[in-house]
Amino acid sequence: METYTFMRELADSWVLLAMFGFFLGAAVWAFLPSQKSAREDASLIPFRNENGPKANGADNLRVDEKKSIQLKGLDNV
Amino acid sequence: MNYLKLVILGLVTLFAAIATNWAHDLAYQVHALLVMLVAAGMFIWVLRRTDEPSKVEGPSAVYFDGVIRAGVIATAFWGIAGFLVGTFIAFQLAFPALNFEFLQGFGNFGRLRPLHTSAVIFAFGGNALIATSFYVVQRTSAVRLWGGNTAWFVFWGYQLFIVLAATGYLMGATQSKEYAEPEWYVDIWLTVVWLAYLAVYLGTIVKRREKHIYVANWFFLSFIITVAMLHLVNNLSIPVSIWGSKSVQVFSGVQDAMTQWWYGHNAVGFFLTAGFLGMMYYFVPKQAGRPVYSYKLSIIHFWALIFLYIWAGPHHLHYTALPDWASTLGMVFSIVLWMPSWGGMINGLMTLQGAWDKLRTDPIMRMFVLSLGFYGMSTFEGPMMSIRAVNSLSHYTDWTIGHVHSGALGWNGMITFGAIYFLTPKLWGRDKMYSMSAINWHFWLATLGIVLYASSMWVTGIMEGLMWREVDDQGFLVNSFADTVSAKFPMYVVRGLGGVMFLAGALVMCWNMWMTIRGAKPATVSLPSAKSNAVPAE
Repeated sequence: METYTFMRELADSWVLLAMFGFFLGAAVWAFLPSQKSAREDASLIPFRNENGPKANGADNLRVDEKKSIQLKGLDNV
Repeated sequence: MNYLKLVILGLVTLFAAIATNWAHDLAYQVHALLVMLVAAGMFIWVLRRTDEPSKVEGPSAVYFDGVIRAGVIATAFWGIAGFLVGTFIAFQLAFPALNFEFLQGFGNFGRLRPLHTSAVIFAFGGNALIATSFYVVQRTSAVRLWGGNTAWFVFWGYQLFIVLAATGYLMGATQSKEYAEPEWYVDIWLTVVWLAYLAVYLGTIVKRREKHIYVANWFFLSFIITVAMLHLVNNLSIPVSIWGSKSVQVFSGVQDAMTQWWYGHNAVGFFLTAGFLGMMYYFVPKQAGRPVYSYKLSIIHFWALIFLYIWAGPHHLHYTALPDWASTLGMVFSIVLWMPSWGGMINGLMTLQGAWDKLRTDPIMRMFVLSLGFYGMSTFEGPMMSIRAVNSLSHYTDWTIGHVHSGALGWNGMITFGAIYFLTPKLWGRDKMYSMSAINWHFWLATLGIVLYASSMWVTGIMEGLMWREVDDQGFLVNSFADTVSAKFPMYVVRGLGGVMFLAGALVMCWNMWMTIRGAKPATVSLPSAKSNAVPAE
């Protein structure tokens, strides 16, 4: 089979299916209830370490700051 | 290491000197001279530092912010340059006499137009993206930028690219591909700089001290990788001579057209959308003081955008030699793309849920919200214009120009201004911008400027589209092309005035930045961990 025809047929079938499957997988993963705490943690990243790199595992967001940000709107995360 | 640098710089200087002598055309000669001077200057600079005790690289307990400060200033500088040229060429279209006789071949519309587009997209937008991505990736990875001074190489290398591209256009070195005009040697240089950018960015993410990669970094990373891919494929060309700027494209005909618009639309999709969405997902939550509305939605937004945008290019080639199936594919994907775009807009806007009062008090927040509004509007208008029937009216008219500018001025411009207002006080250790009312002035000048621009272009675009297709009862075209040109005159003047207002707003911003940076108090950076508070932040 000609290379072009082969590539074209592959793209139209298996590759299309694989890409669509990957997308669906990502979409499902985004909604997994087990990932809720990971999503919460990730969405708070901008509020940490603003002034300097993290020193070995310390979270330089003060506890009350964290509370107030969390109170404001983590319901939809 | 310094010896290796000296050898390389020496060889580059020698090669550029030979190239200056043997150059086939003016642009190449000027560029070779420029490269020779830069390389020779750097040679001397490195030589003077060789065998000196080397300065210790900045402490890893501090963020690498020097390059970001430079990037913020460069963004403002190139912004003014790009807006100024844009306003001038807008008036050239209204008043052709502004194509001065003594500037023929350098300062006429055809030469200045790519200068404008590249200056605003790649110089203004590109510097904004590089600076904000370096800022965001450090804060969200909680580590100093990877690669030491490589970040400075990226910054200065990118400025050299801009200067080579811009001066090249004026002297006629172009490969005639829209938004990819620079000739082969400039393309090669950009590839080197871009790969260094990718390395710095990826290196920082790899050594991050946060468990997760924050969503803004996904957008920035997809922007860097995709632009590298687009740039390489669309610029496949063979130089006619190594001593000249002319090159010949590898693709030809409709394949070339399709490659060009695959590049062109994804430059919009990944440079002007994905990259700026990276800014949005960091600065909007920061300014609102609350996390993004829905992290789930941001994940869907990311993957849907990535998977859809790459197919939308063929909608630039309706009714051409491109096969129907390909342009239909482009059209369908463009329409589907509406959904993730609006998902992202809603995600950004709803981040303000419970903090809408900030719109009244915080002009920076207002800029972000307006920017998201224009993002939503352009991503609705775009899919609509990609529909074949609508495109038959809108294509080749100024409606397209209006669409591009509502996206570029409204979405990219406003979010960049917001980010600059956010970054300037932070980077120079000030409490806030020097003048809040100046930000308000900027906001209104820019907004009214965009409204004048977009509405005049809608009117003139639809008008000329209808005039071009108007036929009498005998089936003859009613209007000549020149009829549409004279009918457009008032709208061209209004558009130019809109540009003047937008430029004026940006000048107010530069004054405000100047006053903030010069500001009263010296910069102090609080270091949470290190004891040596005296260390300046790089």
